[in-house]
Amino acid sequence: MNHTLDLVTRVRGVRGAMLVSADDGLIVAEQLMEGIKGSAVAALAASLAGRLRRAMEAAGLGTSVFWHLQADQGTLLVVPAASGMLVVAVAEPDVNIGLVRLELLRAGEAVV
Amino acid sequence: MTARAVESWTLQPLTAFVKEASARLVLLMTPAGQVLAQSGFSRAVDVMSAAALGAAIVASTGELAKQLRQPPFAALNHQGHRHGIFLSTFPMERGTVVVLAVYDLDVSSLGLVQLFYEQLAADLKAASPKGSVPKQVLAADFERELSDSLNTLFGR
Repeated sequence: MNHTLDLVTRVRGVRGAMLVSADDGLIVAEQLMEGIKGSAVAALAASLAGRLRRAMEAAGLGTSVFWHLQADQGTLLVVPAASGMLVVAVAEPDVNIGLVRLELLRAGEAVV
Repeated sequence: MTARAVESWTLQPLTAFVKEASARLVLLMTPAGQVLAQSGFSRAVDVMSAAALGAAIVASTGELAKQLRQPPFAALNHQGHRHGIFLSTFPMERGTVVVLAVYDLDVSSLGLVQLFYEQLAADLKAASPKGSVPKQVLAADFERELSDSLNTLFGR
């Protein structure tokens, strides 16, 4: 699991990666730089994922594959994986989104 | 959702917690089951039951920890199909405070509740009147005190 997160955190500009339980918003595994409050990010990601899932179902769009939240001082990137997990990356605002997305999708496939 | 407090200094931290954690019901009480504040309850009898049951769980898990020669459990979470129940205690100058929170799994999560519970504990510690000793409730006064508390909590 840590090796999976390793591949995400190796991307330049990524400040941390986590596996989060989507149901309860708790961290399953993490690799975070100092100063990032993992529990807060995990709770936020799970909360957003739940609301987004319901909104997308209501809109008839199916399930989300990847989402990207851009904030002033950082970026949150999330891939919902199997077994109700979320693969989450916290990154700098100017990170290469495409590259992180690719690694997150790979990590999502590796999560059983 | 209306929050009411017997101890008025608990109201602002409680209201913030309810809003941030999207909690459906919250009870702040002492380990003896004496209610300090509540949010979301509509009937006095529900508050009395929840306080008694919450206090009993804290007492029994505390005793279990003692038997295991461990410090008391930090928190207890029960996840049902639609709701989760979170029960935890933290020490304050005035004594231990018990927090019982019920949350809908549709709108909240254990992660959110835990996150904002830490903030609630910090806010309550900051808001607590310094140097004051909480009033002890004697057995002889218990019924009157309970009645007064419920009147305050339900505005009767």
